[in-house]
Amino acid sequence: MNDRVIQILRDAFPQLIEKFFTVTVPLTVLSFTLALLIAVVTAMIQYANVKVLRQLCRVYIWIIRCTPLLVQLYLVFYGLPSLGILLDAFPTAVLVFGINEGAYMAETMRGSLEAVPSGQMEAGYCVGMNYLQIMWHVILPQAFRTAFPSLSNSLISMVKGTSLASVITVTEMFRQAIVINGRVYESLALYSEVALIYLAFCSALTLLQRWSEKKLNAYGGAR
Amino acid sequence: MMLQVNHVHKSFDGSPVLRDISLEVSKGDVIAILGPSGSGKTTLLRCINFLERPDSGTMVFEGKTYDMPTISRADVNAIRRKTAFVFQNYNLFLNKTVLQNVTLGLISGRRMNRVDAEKAARAALERVGMANRTDAFPLQLSGGQQQRVAIARGLAANPDIIYFDEPTSALDPELIGEVLTVMRRLAEDGMTMLVVTHEMEFARNVSNHVVFMDGSRVIEAGPTREFFAHPREERTRSFIRSILERDGKA
Repeated sequence: MNDRVIQILRDAFPQLIEKFFTVTVPLTVLSFTLALLIAVVTAMIQYANVKVLRQLCRVYIWIIRCTPLLVQLYLVFYGLPSLGILLDAFPTAVLVFGINEGAYMAETMRGSLEAVPSGQMEAGYCVGMNYLQIMWHVILPQAFRTAFPSLSNSLISMVKGTSLASVITVTEMFRQAIVINGRVYESLALYSEVALIYLAFCSALTLLQRWSEKKLNAYGGAR
Repeated sequence: MMLQVNHVHKSFDGSPVLRDISLEVSKGDVIAILGPSGSGKTTLLRCINFLERPDSGTMVFEGKTYDMPTISRADVNAIRRKTAFVFQNYNLFLNKTVLQNVTLGLISGRRMNRVDAEKAARAALERVGMANRTDAFPLQLSGGQQQRVAIARGLAANPDIIYFDEPTSALDPELIGEVLTVMRRLAEDGMTMLVVTHEMEFARNVSNHVVFMDGSRVIEAGPTREFFAHPREERTRSFIRSILERDGKA
């Protein structure tokens, strides 16, 4: 690797990192929070078997899971304006990523809720708690423990998935790399650099997941 | 009279599991509900605490009469707050410590403040001999210990009656004794108890009244001594005989 390339990578690094922390990370955090909210509500509606709403949840999950994320991004950003719905690029990305990942996470949460033994709910009733109190104190914490590895999957996948926002003009880290590359034309080096930053951050998340699971296992005995 | 259920019927998918069951419990009674598997005794207990809704039947609880299939959620909660239920497989809250298992219902269900709740919880755990394990999680305990915590969870709320659904059936034989000892002590303290069980010795020595069920019906009911000394029905006699043979005492 010659000095020029090294200099390019060195110059690019702070710009990439800046975009990473000012765009990629906030985009991930906001989208994931939205997804989690949607997932918990959607899963709880199905778990509680709320009529009509339950069917709506199934339709939502069906449509979202069966259409490509990229198409959803285009549809909202380039398609909806012709209906007079005009959103900025960043909010569009948050909305689409959140709604998209929410559908998958909803299924994770539903499965985890259903995996909590039914006796937990019955015991809650028998000590005088109501449905929401039992959900909050007993069922949801246990479901979250079960869902945790899958939810971590979703988070890690979302960190990298935000690079798709580049196609709707959000200048997150990957788009920043494209922009720089347009000037210096060092695709291999620059995109490797971007990949390494994703790799480093996601590795940290993986370690965080392992550490958290150990903490969560404290009560678990055989869990 | 504390509790009375009259003419309870219940079917699952068209097949009857309870046919015209009636039952009376007075304060201080320890009533053993006996019968072979599938006779409906667990379902009866679950109906009495509304974990299952009967198809028909009425309940009189502490002077008030309720139609069991249509009872309101508020009434169910009010009744449940005066009762406790001990499950066959304990059903301790797996994400809570021993102490939290006992206080949770008091604090969030019964709106007790934390200090009083913990005081009541420790006293209850003391009664079942589990006061030294307050910080353990359920899955760190043996089955017998879990069941004793479950009994403490019920006791802490100072219930008028405790329902036991085969409390020793899931336990290893060497752990059964510790749970039965706790239950016997409760009975001696005058606790009103309705106990579905396969433990003949317990029924014979601790209960004052026996209800024998088979094929979704009550076959025979009466004072314990009479029930074991002079069973009236042939079905009862053969059941007692088979259990005694199982326990190697015939």
